[in-house]
Amino acid sequence: MSTQNQVVAELRRATRRYGKVTALDGVDLEVRAGEVVALLGPNGAGKTTAVQLLLGLIRPTAGSARLFGLDPRDTAARVRVGAMLQISKVPETLKVREHVELVSSYYPRPLPLGESLAAAGLTEVGDRLFGKLSGGQRQRVLFALALCGNPDVLFLDEPTVGLDVESRRAFWETVRARARAGCTVFLTTHYLEEADALASRIVLVDRGRIVAEGTPAEIKARVRGRKIRCRTRLAVAELEALPGVRGVRRDGEVTEMLAAEAEPVLREMLARDPGLSDLEVLGAGLEEAFLALTGNTRSTDTEVAA
Amino acid sequence: MSTQTMAAGSRSLGRIYTLEAKSELLKLLRLPMYAVPTIAFPMVFYLLFGVAMGGRSAGGVSYATYLMVSYGAFGVVGASLFGFGVGLAVERGQGWMLFKRATPMPPLVHLAGRLTVCLLFSAAVVLGLFALGAALAGVRLPAAAWLTLVPVLLSGALAFGAFGLAIGYWVGPNSAPAVVNVIYLPVAFASGMWFPIQAMPRFVQELAPFLPSYHYTQLALKVIGADLGGAVATHVAALVGFTVVSLFLARAGFRRDEGRTFG
Repeated sequence: MSTQNQVVAELRRATRRYGKVTALDGVDLEVRAGEVVALLGPNGAGKTTAVQLLLGLIRPTAGSARLFGLDPRDTAARVRVGAMLQISKVPETLKVREHVELVSSYYPRPLPLGESLAAAGLTEVGDRLFGKLSGGQRQRVLFALALCGNPDVLFLDEPTVGLDVESRRAFWETVRARARAGCTVFLTTHYLEEADALASRIVLVDRGRIVAEGTPAEIKARVRGRKIRCRTRLAVAELEALPGVRGVRRDGEVTEMLAAEAEPVLREMLARDPGLSDLEVLGAGLEEAFLALTGNTRSTDTEVAA
Repeated sequence: MSTQTMAAGSRSLGRIYTLEAKSELLKLLRLPMYAVPTIAFPMVFYLLFGVAMGGRSAGGVSYATYLMVSYGAFGVVGASLFGFGVGLAVERGQGWMLFKRATPMPPLVHLAGRLTVCLLFSAAVVLGLFALGAALAGVRLPAAAWLTLVPVLLSGALAFGAFGLAIGYWVGPNSAPAVVNVIYLPVAFASGMWFPIQAMPRFVQELAPFLPSYHYTQLALKVIGADLGGAVATHVAALVGFTVVSLFLARAGFRRDEGRTFG
């Protein structure tokens, strides 16, 4: 269907504001055929805004969004796209198969009904009303509705939020199967683990901007590292200048810093400040990656209105 | 659908339409909250007021005949406002309409499916009332009148379906049922759907010509000679104008949705 390396979806200097809040700020992004791209970031980073721009559900305040080189609202683009959005419910008094059958009819080359149900793990509940399904099953119906049109690209907006570990892993397997079948996938998530498990490329976003981009290995290398927490009289600027230090944050008396490796940094610090106290060395996570990459001092689970 | 040629990569609008209508119908039939009041209420009211007190005269015809027609109009307006208005508002609230906008769903085919089901429910109410009127209340009309009443009454589904669409796009999912009820019942009274307009207080009589539902009811009553004598053209013009304004509002609401803040 799609030639390798063809640009499937792209944002060009795309900005989206909601009143005073800038949800997305001059973002350039390309998704190429065959890629599985994960847009990774904390809540409020602008992930959903990026998806909705690419799907033509909202307009950019500035810049542009294109799908297969077309306006995303163009039917010629939409028949090649399947979307799984963060929506609370679908009409509850229709059966699973009735939902899938209707949405399939919108597409020129849909998957056979049975195949859509099987791909989403819904074969046994096809005759059940949506209202009678469990949370995990409902999520799988949304996935079935995204893939039933046999699209060239799947957009999955936080597809596993609210799922337990087991359902999440099962879900990843179904996404991988679609990707193996040649489907381009663009998903958003705030789980590093999920991006790592699925993506061929991770785009890290925070506060509406792209802060890093690379293969999962590259991103993890930047995320891996040590967090050092202590009390020290050394100046922030001096600490930032130490080799291997990626970020420094001082909160009252406590200093937190992120370093590729803890030992050389600590040796240097102890030599310069013998009074250093309350020392802790911790493994770094996604939060620390954001600290390092953005100099951002807020925690990753902080919600901003967007 | 034999016209469907999946291998050639085309989709069939006829098949989409059929499935849209089928889904909408099943959705509403399985929702007693909609199906029962929409179809049963006008008939129950008719049994209580039309059949039981049908002997009195109203607007020059028997009360049973008057109410059979005016409750028909009442039922069609209800089916349209609740089916289109509340149904759409609820699905917008769930994010379902947002999802559908991300699909290649042809919006006009979707609306045609909804309208078809609205017409089916309307027809069920109208024909049910006719059956009660003829069988239990002794309503006798010339064949031409019966046949004219059906399309005249069903035309209300277009006008009030369009208004329901506007409500669905502008009113929130939680307030939509309340908003529709607040509009529906008083306006039905003031439009002569429950009592002949001549029997209403003076201020209601003066207000009525400003209500589209009044013109709609008058058109239907004209078929049985129980109207106030206004020109057909006036009533039709009022309804067409109302429909156009409603569609314009609905379109503006649809556009507004595109620019709205989501998550």
